[in-house]
Amino acid sequence: MSKTHYSAFKVLKEALTGHKGWEPTWRDAEPKADGYDVIIVGGGGHGLATAYYLAKNHGITNVAVLERGWIGSGNVGRNTTIIRSNYLLPGNEPFYELSLQLWENLEQDLNYNAMISQRGIMNLIHSDAQRDAFIRRGNSMLFADAGCEYLEAKEVKERYPFLDMNNARFPIKAALAQPRGGTVRHDAVAWGYARGASDLGVDIIQNCEVTGFNIENGKCLGVQTTKGDIKANRVGVCVAGSSSRVMEKAGIKLPIESHVLQAFVTEGLKPVLDNVITFGAGHFYCSQSDKGGLVFGGDLDSYNSYAQRGNLPVVEDVCSGGMAIMPMIGRARLLRMWGGVMDMSMDGSPFIDSTEVKELFFNGGWCYGGFKATPASGYCYAHLLATDVPHEVATAYRLDRFRRGAMIDEKGVGPQPNLH
Amino acid sequence: MIINHPLLGPRDSEEFVYLGSTDLIDRPTNWEKSAAAEDFYQYQYIRENIAGDIQELWYHEQGDQSWLIVTRNTLTHEIKNVEFAQDFSRAKGRGK
Ligand SMILES: Cc1cc2nc3c(=O)[nH]c(=O)nc-3n(C[C@H](O)[C@H](O)[C@H](O)COP(=O)(O)OP(=O)(O)OC[C@H]3O[C@@H](n4cnc5c(N)ncnc54)[C@H](O)[C@@H]3O)c2cc1C
Repeated sequence: MSKTHYSAFKVLKEALTGHKGWEPTWRDAEPKADGYDVIIVGGGGHGLATAYYLAKNHGITNVAVLERGWIGSGNVGRNTTIIRSNYLLPGNEPFYELSLQLWENLEQDLNYNAMISQRGIMNLIHSDAQRDAFIRRGNSMLFADAGCEYLEAKEVKERYPFLDMNNARFPIKAALAQPRGGTVRHDAVAWGYARGASDLGVDIIQNCEVTGFNIENGKCLGVQTTKGDIKANRVGVCVAGSSSRVMEKAGIKLPIESHVLQAFVTEGLKPVLDNVITFGAGHFYCSQSDKGGLVFGGDLDSYNSYAQRGNLPVVEDVCSGGMAIMPMIGRARLLRMWGGVMDMSMDGSPFIDSTEVKELFFNGGWCYGGFKATPASGYCYAHLLATDVPHEVATAYRLDRFRRGAMIDEKGVGPQPNLH
Repeated sequence: MIINHPLLGPRDSEEFVYLGSTDLIDRPTNWEKSAAAEDFYQYQYIRENIAGDIQELWYHEQGDQSWLIVTRNTLTHEIKNVEFAQDFSRAKGRGK
């Protein structure tokens, strides 16, 4: 078990002694014959965070995380790493604000450098109607103590002179900023939570795909996997883009469609962008990584997909969004682009809930905003798994909300998943 | 992706608007019955979300404005068949 405490002193000591004292970050485990109290299916950010908080907050340590590939191979390692809590609706805002507070404390909590950078996020405003909508959102953020700042065009231009303020079609009129927003090193989130969970006794089992559930009389008794059957008192599914495929094995159909989202990074540049900037008239968001690459993304490809790659029209669409607000991006060359499979829900909001099968729980539907939710998702899912009661900031994320007409539709576009 | 339109030949998928699975054709007709609320809930919100071949509705907005049924693999994006939605729907015994 890795108990290495990371510190400047340790780095110095290792530098002087030939780096022979480092240990693996977490313990690679094999399934226990007599099973677990809780099995988490899916070793992404949310699954690993759930295991960590189960052990840390609730003292439940006889836990396994089962991952089909290697941990962090899913969306947690594919996203554009933006964190923020600038939501409008009461079902969402307190949840994302809890998440941001957990981010603010994460590195101390885990003793792991996740390169959390609260560089701020700035949402550009392009019309008077949008100004009204954003001011309303800003008020909702203030109610949740999330903090926000309204910037007039002049201030926006002073901060970022490279912006095309007077674009003929989409002039920049103002911006709503959240100074506490920012970016995180995504892989480090998976590794940090894995290390924290593993140190508290959680088994992280890789190359172990869940292929079915053992269900008797409506109760889940464990899972079938490529490493054999594993018993569990309780199973929590947390597989992001694979939600429908996995839950179908328990006979449960979901209000979810899978879609592909692409992301892009340019060659390394000198520091030009010390913030996250989003385009308000099209879909484009951009930040600069510590290596210097401009990391950006935009819309979904819009058709259902389980392929972790997209098509060229979206590349053109995203890049033209970038050109509309920061024409200088046209001089940078694209280094890499990739895709990830999102589980898009019918209202754009997620689920953390029990299911009609006893002892089987579900966490999913994170669409393309699930990275920022990682700490709170794990925190609230662990709370539900340990206590049978939803955490107070996650009470709206129920699977039956469409039946009850209690949608959480931030964008107000209705049950058309590719538009959320 | 290239969609092989039955009349217009190979067209870029960018000319189309995507709606989703052909399940959306089967809108419940029993709106006066007590089971209607549940049927409409299933129709509107619950998805098969298949990994593999699916039949789906594409609208040729920037072309002849026809609705097409495209059989496509969601794992590979390979398009296997394209036909008019009208023919498909009539074969199911629906009006149009
Ligand atoms: C291109 C892109 C950009 C994004 N940008 C942002 C952003 O800027 N900000 C933001 O907040 N969010 C963003 N997101 C969304 C975010 O990445 C996801 O919502 C979030 O990572 C999902 O949770 P996760 O980390 O647990 O998922 P994952 O890392 O995908 O974890 C799920 C795991 O389950 C495993 N699994 C699947 N099936 C099985 C099985 N049968 N048995 C065992 N294991 C299984 C998978 O292998 C995977 O490792 C983005 C996503 C993409 C693709």
